[in-house]
Amino acid sequence: MTAMAEPLGAAVVTPKRVGVVGFIAGMLAFWVALPPIHARSIVVPVILAALAVAAGVYAVRGGSVRVGWSAIVLGFIGLGLGYLATRSSVGNLEIVFTWSTLIASMLVFATPLMFASLGGIFSERSGVINIGLEGMMLMGAFWGIWGADKTGNWITGVLVGMAAGGLLGLLHAFFSVHLRADQIIGGTAINLMAIGITGYAFVQLYGTENIPAGVSEIPRLQLSFLDRIPPDTVGNFLYGAFGRLSVMIWIGFLFVIIAHFVMFKTPLGLRLRSTGEHPRAADTVGISVYAMRYFGVTLSGVLAAAGGAFLSVGVISSFNENMTAGRGFIALAAVIAGNWRPFGSLFFACLFGFSTALAFRLGDAYRDSVAGLDVLAQMLPYVLTLIIVAGVIGKSMPPASVGRPYTKQ
Amino acid sequence: MTDAPTDRPPPERGEPTTTAGKLRLKQKAGGIIPPILTAIFAFFIGGLVILASGANPFDAYAGILEGAGINWFWDHFGNTDVLDLSTFNLTQTLLRTTTFALTGLAVAFAFRCGLFNIGGQGQYTMGVVVGVWVGAYWSDALPAGIHVVVGIVLAGLAGALWAGIAGILKATVGAHEVITTIMLNWIAFWFASYCFGQGGPLQNTRAGSESVPISDSVYDNGVFIPILWGDEGLQALHYGIFLAVAALIAFYLVINRTTLGYEVRAVGFNPEAAAYGGISVKKNFFLAMAISGLFAGLAAAVDIFGWKYTAGTLDVQASAVGFVGIAVALLGRSTAIGVGLAAFIFGALDYGTTRGLDPEVFDPTLAGNLSLMIQGLVVLFVGADLLILYLWSLRRKRFASPRMSGKGA
Repeated sequence: MTAMAEPLGAAVVTPKRVGVVGFIAGMLAFWVALPPIHARSIVVPVILAALAVAAGVYAVRGGSVRVGWSAIVLGFIGLGLGYLATRSSVGNLEIVFTWSTLIASMLVFATPLMFASLGGIFSERSGVINIGLEGMMLMGAFWGIWGADKTGNWITGVLVGMAAGGLLGLLHAFFSVHLRADQIIGGTAINLMAIGITGYAFVQLYGTENIPAGVSEIPRLQLSFLDRIPPDTVGNFLYGAFGRLSVMIWIGFLFVIIAHFVMFKTPLGLRLRSTGEHPRAADTVGISVYAMRYFGVTLSGVLAAAGGAFLSVGVISSFNENMTAGRGFIALAAVIAGNWRPFGSLFFACLFGFSTALAFRLGDAYRDSVAGLDVLAQMLPYVLTLIIVAGVIGKSMPPASVGRPYTKQ
Repeated sequence: MTDAPTDRPPPERGEPTTTAGKLRLKQKAGGIIPPILTAIFAFFIGGLVILASGANPFDAYAGILEGAGINWFWDHFGNTDVLDLSTFNLTQTLLRTTTFALTGLAVAFAFRCGLFNIGGQGQYTMGVVVGVWVGAYWSDALPAGIHVVVGIVLAGLAGALWAGIAGILKATVGAHEVITTIMLNWIAFWFASYCFGQGGPLQNTRAGSESVPISDSVYDNGVFIPILWGDEGLQALHYGIFLAVAALIAFYLVINRTTLGYEVRAVGFNPEAAAYGGISVKKNFFLAMAISGLFAGLAAAVDIFGWKYTAGTLDVQASAVGFVGIAVALLGRSTAIGVGLAAFIFGALDYGTTRGLDPEVFDPTLAGNLSLMIQGLVVLFVGADLLILYLWSLRRKRFASPRMSGKGA
């Protein structure tokens, strides 16, 4: 590069951009070996992975440490996965990576996280950490299916579940706002109690039997026009991915948009955020910090419970003890990784949902050939959460006063 | 939720900034009273729940006490030769006390450093996997006594390693230990399910049980802790209880009498102040987590080598001893004596509400969930010391005496 060209080159080819290119190359290294491209030779993934690592090294040396290292790591992961994919049979790959099914399945697993992370955002933006999302989801799951069973209607079922979660949210709000209790311990208590309450009520109300079959389920929204979109492959893909989704999934998307609007475009959202950033200043201008925090935390219980109710009423039409299986915490990770913004956490909810969907598909495809892989694959969403929480944490900026009880003066 | 440097206002001088620091302060103000009131409150609300489900709370609690073998103390106190039901029940309670004391210490030690280790469950699970692997799958070339010691040590280290991951993530990138330890719990859960499950590396090798997802027995390999009290064929109490006692004493000595303990407490009280005083906050975060994990791993070791001898996927998936540890540590105020006493209370509650309970008196499946609820309530009220102290100070005002009124709560 000549001295003359350098200023121009420096403006376009920044280390960060090179790193991002490497990041994409690393992902492609794996992707090219999958349907529909099906690279059967290891050469293509090797070239792409080498490109990713080289770009990563360049970015690191140029100062974009985080992007660079991500590209390097992704290059190696992409190479490993690409190698595995070229060694697998095409039949198995087709089972795992039927993209339309995978996306539909991703959305199913992402929706509970979507609702719960919206709840987490409202709570944390108001200044209260909500570790109890998990327990609130569990309450929604049990009381949702109970309501659907007793009233015979999924809508009232989900509403009952949301009310139960809201009550638990109210309890958390009372302890963390009025009693100024430690919010992490309070949230843990909420989780323990939710397991106890739902387990107790389950045994008390249903005895040794499970929820009876034929409970009113959340219906699917049939979008058959998608199938007719030309060309056929696109139409089939769109219909397979989005044509038969549960109504709750679309409601979830709607809620993300509404939450973003409320949070950033309305006076209510401004007040809520101000109590999380600087409660004293908010108090000074006449905003009731306590009322805002009660609102945020209770709403977070309602939303998290909606996510839990989707799991029971919408997905499995039944209830198991502790069936939320850590999803509340994954949702919390999505809140943090998504920088306390609805669309950001939607992205990470989808990412975690994708990893869960992938885990199930992998298990289906390789159950017979690799013993125990279906069990081992279940780790995937948790490992991914761990990596993402570790990777993004320095970059995300929590509300300044989150976790700090406020004392009125 | 992150601990990355933010633009938070600096803490006022001398004011504790962490959960543990604040609790220490409140504890000094309230002394022994809050934990006792906490327990009474939790059991009182538990009694209301029993009443609501149509049973007599006094009968139910009496049944739970009897199921825990507490009647041994007035029936045959001091006589260890009678082997009747109350003796058996008491030994079962003590078996659980041993485990809970260790998992309680796992939470308590991290707590003293201002960290909330809710990953005791995962650390325990990893200890179980390693303990079973060493005890049942290593050849019996080692002398049995040494083999047991090696097994206990390696199980403890497995727990330490697992918690150490969360410690490193906390120290280096500031990932909140609550999220990382919960994720590690689920990873351990699936890892152990894989190990002991169908076709897994630690599934049993006995002919005819190929489809049973349970490991081989360490007992059959001749590697176990000898019996202290009870009938050897019937899950008797083993010498491992002395390991728990030794751990409690070691905890007291390390925390109160060593440089490490001083540094851990200093970081727990106020990390900024500790760092200013020349203490490495990162090193202590890592060490506190690793030592916590060590206790949880030892809990697994005494369970495997003391009385369970095998582990299966169902055992792993149903186990909640790590979560009981949270309630034990909080009720015991993270002190050695407190943890020991709380472990006995929860040990009695655990056995007395499940297998020890006479089904005629109260349904054990209900009671098992009741004990979860009581744990949750204990944690909730401990988190809300303010409520307890407030109620206590009301009482003080009513019966105000000149001697007591000087002390502020």
